[in-house]
Amino acid sequence: MEEILSKAKKLAEQAEVFQVSSKVTPVHFEANLLKQIQSKENVSTALRLIKGGKIGFAQSDGYIEPETLVEMAVETCPFGMPAKFDFPNPKVYPKIETFDHQIDNVTVEEMVNLGDQLISSIKQHTPEILCEVSATKGIISVNIINSQGGEVSYSKSFFNLSLEGVLIKGEDMLFVGDSYSSCHPVLDFRPLAEEVIKQLELAKRNAIISTKQMPVIFTPNGVASSLLAPLVSAFNGKLVFDGASPLKSKLGEQVFDKKFSLQDDATLSYQVASYPSDDEGVSSQRTPLVDNGVVSHFLYDIQTAALANTQSTGNGSRHGGLPTPSPSSLIIGKGDTPFWDMVRDITEGLVVEFLIGAEQGNTLNGDFSGNVLLGYKVEGGEITGRVKDTMVSGNVYQALRQIEAIGHETRWVEGFLSTPCLYCTGLSIAAKIG
Amino acid sequence: MTGYNTWTLESNKMRDRIVNSLQGHKADYVEIRLEETQITRIIYRGERLEEVGRTSSLGGNVRALAKGGWGFVSFNNIQNLRDKVELAVKQARFIGKEDFKLSQTEPIIDVVVTKKSGPTTIPLSSKKRLLDEYNDIILSTPKIRTCNIGYYDSQRKVTFASSEGTYIEQNKADANLRLTAIASEDGQVQQVGLSLGSQGDFAAIGGLQEQVKQMAQRAVDLLSAPQAKAGEYTIVLDPVLAGVFVHEAFGHLSEADHVYENKRLQEIMVLGRRFGDKYLNIVDGAAVPGLRGSYKYDDEGVPATKTYLIREGILESRLHSRETSAKMNEKPTGNARAISYLYPPIVRMTNTYIEPGTLSFEDIISDIKEGIYAKDWYGGTTSLEMFTFSASEAYMIRNGKIAELLRPVVLSGNVFVTLDNIDAIGNDLQMNQGGGCGKRGQSPLPVSNGSPHIRIRRCLIGGS
Repeated sequence: MEEILSKAKKLAEQAEVFQVSSKVTPVHFEANLLKQIQSKENVSTALRLIKGGKIGFAQSDGYIEPETLVEMAVETCPFGMPAKFDFPNPKVYPKIETFDHQIDNVTVEEMVNLGDQLISSIKQHTPEILCEVSATKGIISVNIINSQGGEVSYSKSFFNLSLEGVLIKGEDMLFVGDSYSSCHPVLDFRPLAEEVIKQLELAKRNAIISTKQMPVIFTPNGVASSLLAPLVSAFNGKLVFDGASPLKSKLGEQVFDKKFSLQDDATLSYQVASYPSDDEGVSSQRTPLVDNGVVSHFLYDIQTAALANTQSTGNGSRHGGLPTPSPSSLIIGKGDTPFWDMVRDITEGLVVEFLIGAEQGNTLNGDFSGNVLLGYKVEGGEITGRVKDTMVSGNVYQALRQIEAIGHETRWVEGFLSTPCLYCTGLSIAAKIG
Repeated sequence: MTGYNTWTLESNKMRDRIVNSLQGHKADYVEIRLEETQITRIIYRGERLEEVGRTSSLGGNVRALAKGGWGFVSFNNIQNLRDKVELAVKQARFIGKEDFKLSQTEPIIDVVVTKKSGPTTIPLSSKKRLLDEYNDIILSTPKIRTCNIGYYDSQRKVTFASSEGTYIEQNKADANLRLTAIASEDGQVQQVGLSLGSQGDFAAIGGLQEQVKQMAQRAVDLLSAPQAKAGEYTIVLDPVLAGVFVHEAFGHLSEADHVYENKRLQEIMVLGRRFGDKYLNIVDGAAVPGLRGSYKYDDEGVPATKTYLIREGILESRLHSRETSAKMNEKPTGNARAISYLYPPIVRMTNTYIEPGTLSFEDIISDIKEGIYAKDWYGGTTSLEMFTFSASEAYMIRNGKIAELLRPVVLSGNVFVTLDNIDAIGNDLQMNQGGGCGKRGQSPLPVSNGSPHIRIRRCLIGGS
C-alpha cells in the first residue's frame, strides 16, 4: 500500500489507497443435507487520486504491479469529476466494537452441527419441508492511507445463519425463512427455528382475500422487503442533491407520522454494518434522518457533501467503484403496540412477511408494488390463513404519513435494519379471483 | 487503453502448473478455473461525469467432488495451487457420503478467441463522446430533472482445467449500458430507463439518439399519467417485457438445481406435462450465436446447446449442470455458469425466448375491449411458483386501440396458471440484451431474453 501511495504522490496532487481483505467460510445445506463447504479469500486494492483537480480511480482484485495500478488511475483523471475535497486525516476515530476473536474458534464441524440442529428442529415441526441453510463466518480487514496523513485500519468479524424452507403440497408452494447476523458467532439456532415455525403455523391454512383497499401490518421482514428501498434512495444525499429524491426540499418538514423516527447508526457494538471509519477515512457517526416525523438529515460521502455544501456523515461506501453514500445500520424507532393488539384491531386486512418484486418499480417516487410471497389474512381481529396470488401496492410517503400503530418490539433484519412492526392503512390489495 | 491487457498468466508454464496440481488427489473430480478480467466503468449523474474507473482482477478457484460432497476454494493469489486443491478435496471428503458420479462428458482441449475489436480496444474518449451525446439529449428535454447513465465493459480470459483431462481457454467480452431519465414536478418523481448490451460489440450501443429522446420525453409525460387500477386484466406484452416474463415465469423453474433434490417438485415438473397452448415454444441456449448469453463451453467445460424447454406447450427438457443431469438421469445441457472466480458454477439461463408465431400486433390487440399494453422492463423476480415482472411503459387498450399512457405497472402471475393463459403469440421475435440475471448472490450474469408480442388473459396487476 505504501509503495502505491508513494508512486501515486509523485504523479498526483493527492492520493488515497483503500485495501480490503476478506476470509469467508460458508457451509451450505441443500434439500436438508450438507452439500458444500467453501473457503474464500480475497484482496482488493483501490487507488483514488486527484490530479489536475480531477478525480481518477482504479481498482485491482488480486495482485497488481503498483505502477500498473497508478497508471490505470492516472489515465482516468482527465475524464474525472473536479474534486471538491481534501482526503480526510482525523486524529482519532471512535472506538467501535466490530471484532470478536471467538469467530476464529468456530470450527467447520460446529457450523455443520448448527445447520443440522436447525434443520432437524424445523423438520420435527413439518417433516415434509425442504430447507436450504447457510452458516457463514468471516473476517474482513480494512486499511486506508492517504497523502494528507490520514491512516486507519480495523477488522470486523461476522457470522450469519440463514434458512429458506419450501413446503410443496400439490401445486402449492409455501416459502418460509429467516436470517440472523452478528459480529459474534450465532451459535444458538433456536430464535431462527422459532421464527420459521411461527411462519409455518400461521400459514397452515390458505385464505381468500379480495381486491380492495385495506390495512396492512408489515412485520420487520415485511418492512425490509416492502418499504425500505424507497427510503434508502430518498435519504441518499446524492439523489437529494440531484433532485431525484422527493425529500429534496423537505428538510425540517413534517413528512412522516409523528410516531415515526429513523436513524442511521454506524456506531453500534458488534453490529455487522458498524465501522469506526467509513470507506474513505471519515469517522463513523449516528445520524438522525427522521425525528418524530420531521426530515432531519441526509446521508453523505465527502464529495457529495462538498457539492451540497454540507459535511460528510461518514457514509462513504464502496461497491467496486468510487465511494458513494450508503446507509450503515438503519434503525426505525419502536412504538408501544404489541403485534397481536394490531391484529385484534383489524376487521379485514393483511399481514405482510415477505413481498417479492417491490423494489422493481419507481422507488424514487416512493412507489412499491409486489407479490405477497408470505403474508396472512386478518379477519375479525384474527389471522385466518395465508394469502397467495396477491399483490400489495402503495407509496411509502402516503403509507407512513399516518401510521395506525408501531410495534413495541424491534428486531434486526439481515444485520442492516432494526425495525418494529408497522401498522399502516389504505394500501391497495389486488388478488386473483378464483 | 493498450499496455495493460497483457495476460500475466503465461499460457504454457501456467498450463503445466494447473494440470500438475490436479493430479493424484483422493477425490472423484477436481477442477481449476483461473480468470483475468479488465473492466471499464463510466457513470454520469445529471451533467456530472461522476466516475470513470478501471478495475483489473486476477483470481481463481478450485472445486472438488468426493462421494457427492463439494469443496470450493477461491483465491486471488495463484501461487501454491496444489495446496488449494488439497483444501477443497479435504472439504469435499468431509461431506461426501453417497455413491455419486457426474454425468459423462467428453474431455475437451480448446482455445476459444473472440474477435479483437472488443470494447476494451476503444479509447475512453470515444466512449465518453457517445455518452455525452446521450446525456445532452436527456438533459435538454424540458422538465427532466436529472439522469443516470451507467456504462460498463469487460474483457475476461477464463482458463478451465479438470482432472478428467479437459483444458479450455476462453476469451469473453461484455458491454452494458443503462440510461435513466428522471423527471420531477411538485414532489413527484418519474423515471424511464433504457438498457442495452452486447457481447463486446461497442457499435451495438451506438445510434440510439432517437430512442433516448423518446425515453426522456416519456419520463416527462408520466408526471401527468394516471395509475392503473389494481385487478386482473388482459395484457399485451411487447417483446422486451415478454422476454423478462419468460425468464421469470418459466426460465428459473426449468433450472434443474431447483428440482433435482426435490421429489415433489419433480412430480409437478414431470417431462411431458402440458404448461401452455400448442403454439407455445420456449427455448434456452448458449449455442444460439451472437447474443449476450452465448458461449462455446460453460463453466464446467460442457459444450453449449440449444434446449427446448417447452415444445408445443409441453415440458420437453430442462437446464442442467453435470451434477443435476446425473441425478435426474437427463442429458447435460451446458448451463453451469459462474459470475466470477469467487463463486462455483450453478445452473443458469443463457439466451431464453418464446419462438415467434403467426399473428401481427394488430391481430393481437384488435379484439381487446379493455386491457393493458405493457412495454419494456424495470425488473422481475420469482419464487418459482409466483413471480412478478415490471413494465417501465404502459398504456390502456380500449376497443382494440392503444389509449392513454399509464404510470409503470407491476404484473404478477403463477407459473401453473399464467403460461396457459397466453392466447396469442406474435410474429415479431426480438431479443433484448440489456438485462442481467441474479441467483444465489451471483448477479448480474449476462443473459438475453426475447419474445414476440404476446397476449395473456387474466394477468394480475398491482395499482391504485
